[in-house]
Amino acid sequence: MEKFEKLTSVAAPLPIANVDTDMIIPARYLKTIKRTGLGEGLFANMRFNEDGSDNEEFVLNQPAYKDAEVLVAGNNFGCGSSREHAPWALMDYGIKCVVSTDFADIFYNNSFKNGMLLIKVGPEELDMLMDDAGRGANATVTVDLEAQEITGPDGGVIKFEIDAFRKHCLLNGLDDIGLTMEKEDKIASFEESHRAAQPWL
Amino acid sequence: MSAPKTLFDKIWDAHLIDESDDGTCLIFIDRHIVHEVTSPQAFEGLRTAGRKVRRPDLTLAVPDHNVPTSDRAAGIEDEESRIQVETLDKNCRDFGLQIFGMDDIRQGICHVIGPEQGFTLPGTTLICGDSHTATHGAFGSLSFGVGTSEVEHVLATQTMIQRKSKNMRVTVDGELPLGVTAKDMILAIIGEIGTAGGTGCVIEFAGEAIRSLSMEGRMTVCNMTIEGGARAGLIAPDETTFEYLKGRPMAPKGGAWETAAEYWKTLKSDEGAKYDIEVTLKAEDIVPQVTWGTSPEDVVPITGAVPNPSDESDESRRNKMERSLEYMGLEPGTAMRDVRIDRMFIGSCTNSRIEDLRAAAEVAQKAIDKGRKVAGHVDAMVVPGSGLVKAQAEEEGLDRIFIEAGFDWREPGCSMCLAMNADKLTPGERCASTSNRNFEGRQGPGGRTHLVSPAMAAAAAIAGRLTDIRDLD
Ligand code: SF4
Repeated sequence: MEKFEKLTSVAAPLPIANVDTDMIIPARYLKTIKRTGLGEGLFANMRFNEDGSDNEEFVLNQPAYKDAEVLVAGNNFGCGSSREHAPWALMDYGIKCVVSTDFADIFYNNSFKNGMLLIKVGPEELDMLMDDAGRGANATVTVDLEAQEITGPDGGVIKFEIDAFRKHCLLNGLDDIGLTMEKEDKIASFEESHRAAQPWL
Repeated sequence: MSAPKTLFDKIWDAHLIDESDDGTCLIFIDRHIVHEVTSPQAFEGLRTAGRKVRRPDLTLAVPDHNVPTSDRAAGIEDEESRIQVETLDKNCRDFGLQIFGMDDIRQGICHVIGPEQGFTLPGTTLICGDSHTATHGAFGSLSFGVGTSEVEHVLATQTMIQRKSKNMRVTVDGELPLGVTAKDMILAIIGEIGTAGGTGCVIEFAGEAIRSLSMEGRMTVCNMTIEGGARAGLIAPDETTFEYLKGRPMAPKGGAWETAAEYWKTLKSDEGAKYDIEVTLKAEDIVPQVTWGTSPEDVVPITGAVPNPSDESDESRRNKMERSLEYMGLEPGTAMRDVRIDRMFIGSCTNSRIEDLRAAAEVAQKAIDKGRKVAGHVDAMVVPGSGLVKAQAEEEGLDRIFIEAGFDWREPGCSMCLAMNADKLTPGERCASTSNRNFEGRQGPGGRTHLVSPAMAAAAAIAGRLTDIRDLD
């Protein structure tokens, strides 16, 4: 997994609440056995017109936001399916950080496991960031994970919370499975007592 | 004496391997179901890292999302879908996992076959790379839907890293009125708490109306817990649960059954256990529900009308409503019963079990008795949840009722619940559906979904528009 430390980028505003995983990547793009290349299907139903051409009105198709690496989105982003294709699509497209007031649980987990940072902020802070993002190409934000800060285009700083374990893994690009395997002794002894307690399993 | 515990606390504690100072926990996973869409990258990850599956005996695989629901003899036409299904076969062979392949009568939707086989058991932890894993909570199994990285993590270690969720309890008191089903109950609950109402929580469903449900009904309720944003849903196991499980192929037998059942009886929340959030509904107040928008929380009684965004004071909600109505092609104030449909879908892990099919067939039979059929302009498909459900329905003659009434009777799978196979809506088509999500494009790009119960879906197909099931008699 790639490390996440600090990021400076234009932020794209997506002021829609309950953006679900079917919007992030429709099911017809899930017929792959790979993790890569999913950026093609990102927000497909909003990003493309019925004839396959770009929908010029969609935020990521506007010139100012072509290279945005940060997305500022409405509440409860990522609700719906457990498909990890959603964060894969965002990452593959180039989005590395999403800011919202809240995220759906499974999407939240999935994102961190792929090195994407999700930041929860208060409703007023989100409004402010949404306004800043609306200013387009001249308004960049800097996200600093170590300091847990977002610095806006006018120098204003928003502090954010993140749990220590996720932060540690992201900063160091650590793979969960490797970490868990270091606890082999504990797992093995648990397995034994569990089998004794519920032998029918 | 230790503090009173909730059902969730008890199962959690019985699976806790390790807890770090910051609250990150490692828990043991007893059961794992794998399907073709969210697993290929996980197996690939294992191969790349040279890892094995730690406990092949605890994993069961089945293809469901991509499989055709028409005649299977020809195989899968769509190349990408075929590759996914074949990849699952190969991965199961390589890693030594049990699989119910496409030609196996036990094949079906992952959340239908787990319970059907007795693979899902009370007091277990269960995961699957699919958000509707919450279904298995109906058995008092702590069941989480996870992404592919976590699938890989469980394959490699049989554990999962997680922080403990909050305890929430939704109590439904009293008795459901006639014609009102488990589907209506869960839609009403989601309407009440909202799609983010359960975020960060495990919801325990309790109360007389929940206890009176059959296992099928309980599965319908738990299935849609995720639509309320919760990580999992739980119902304490009781005699109804045990009766359902006894004799299932993978359930414990003989003496082991007795020991297990003794333990399972202890799986209920203690008197005085604390919940972080409590919600109570009265069953008497619930009427048949139908969704009008593009989120499961956009729900109204069938007797109601499409709401008006201008009545909504919150700006972001108002925007969302306007967007939904535009997508759905609906005008505020339209009576739900005046909404004409083009398609009908009975199926999905929410409502494709034998009881669901019986309820729909009963409506179909009534129509036949009155000399009626599926409306001429409606295309109605019935997709059983598994090969075994299909066989049982055929034994009971339900297939003949459906066919006589003009419904299309199909092979099992996820089908038009998520439109990954050939079954999908075309842009603008409107569908009464027993599935769980009415998201934009969920049943096909531009397709419009109204979530309802199986009986309501069948009634809508016959009337050609959304219908109050209670008006039929
Ligand atoms: S039926 Fe629908 S919700 Fe259920 S597992 Fe299949 S795709 Fe997911």
